[in-house]
Amino acid sequence: MEDNIDQLYADIQRGNENTIAKAISMVEDGTKDAVKLMKKVYRNIEPAYLVGISGPPGSGKSTITQSIVQLWRKENIKVAIIAIDPTSHFSGGALLGDRIRMDKISTDRGVFIRSMATRGSLGGLNSSIYDTVLIFSLAGYEYIIIETVGVGQNEIDIVKLADTTIFVTVPEAGDEIQAYKAGLMEAGDIFVVNKADRPKSEQMVLTIEQLVSFRGDKEIWKPPVLATNALQDEGITDIKKSINDHHIYLEEKDLLQKNRREVIRAQMINLMEKKLNEKFISPILKDQKFFKHIELICKKKEDPYSVVNELLSL
Amino acid sequence: MDNFIKVLIAKPGLDGHDRGAKVIARGLKEAGMEVVYTGLRQTPEQIVRSAIQEDVDVIGLSILSGAHSYLFPEIMNRLKKADHSDVAVIAGGIIPEDDHKKLKELGIKAIFQPGTPISKIVDFIENEVQK
Repeated sequence: MEDNIDQLYADIQRGNENTIAKAISMVEDGTKDAVKLMKKVYRNIEPAYLVGISGPPGSGKSTITQSIVQLWRKENIKVAIIAIDPTSHFSGGALLGDRIRMDKISTDRGVFIRSMATRGSLGGLNSSIYDTVLIFSLAGYEYIIIETVGVGQNEIDIVKLADTTIFVTVPEAGDEIQAYKAGLMEAGDIFVVNKADRPKSEQMVLTIEQLVSFRGDKEIWKPPVLATNALQDEGITDIKKSINDHHIYLEEKDLLQKNRREVIRAQMINLMEKKLNEKFISPILKDQKFFKHIELICKKKEDPYSVVNELLSL
Repeated sequence: MDNFIKVLIAKPGLDGHDRGAKVIARGLKEAGMEVVYTGLRQTPEQIVRSAIQEDVDVIGLSILSGAHSYLFPEIMNRLKKADHSDVAVIAGGIIPEDDHKKLKELGIKAIFQPGTPISKIVDFIENEVQK
């Protein structure tokens, strides 16, 4: 068995696409072999530089991702993309459509695109996302982009994994931007107003500049607000340069390692929650007794607080 | 441990109509599957590479252009060459019955005609993946 894992590890390191893809599926499905593989990966691999791209649906995240990747590819840099879409709470299924806008890079041998569903069954971040980052790092990808739709706590947790987080919006977002203030607005390192050929883009740039200028510390990174038109490839070099500047800033201030410790902390919490769910909560949910308690609570014969204590033997 | 079924819905060749493909993608999603949709006008190379990188269990090819007898063998050959023949390939769209036998000999597992209820496709995929 250990030989198999060593072989798997070596094949990933050699960049075999079939193996990389299978390994990611194993991690997603949480197989025993995946755990063995990841134990070895965590002990040997430094993560590649991780860029998060987030923003509302239709703001141009995938198009921007494609254009940045094309610039990196001109320098022969290998890039992996993890395109994340939400899992339906109703059916458990997901529609993963980010590849549609990444047509120009889909056959480039130096680019690996993987679509993933959030899957987070009982809340919390899907721990396989960061494991996938490490698998790509093992395979020699120098930059990894995580793309998510910018809504909800889950997505904010995903962007927090990134070394540099790009938040994309459009001129028409208008007042909607207020809603992001307490969420992604705080997590962004670079802001992009895409489709800037449309009216009111300058106004949008100003609004965001004002919002981010309220961030306390003067010494810290001041997020640039960039106007782009991704379909025409306008402003993409500015994004690439800003990613680079932010990377240098993190290195100089010794923040890269600090961020990564935060990521490991979050990953630890995820794994603990996952274990607790598996060991304690899931079996209860499947037990007939659980449904009986629900009935009794609805009939006012019991209350949830007492039942929870009883079920968890607290 | 979860076991999700992952499906690639692809439109090979020069064919600008994807209403059907989108309906299927949505239907499979509602049935609890993870569906990757790659958009219009995909080359066999793009489809096979997507299938490998996404590690899908099933590839669903939607075609209305009539070029299936040219494009499907190319896709099946590329899958074989890439050592990825374990994926189940199914097809749908406008594919005359006269061509079905030949396509099935290539390894296409099923061909669904217009009017097929989605539940039938869902059942087929679930059976196929369990094998």
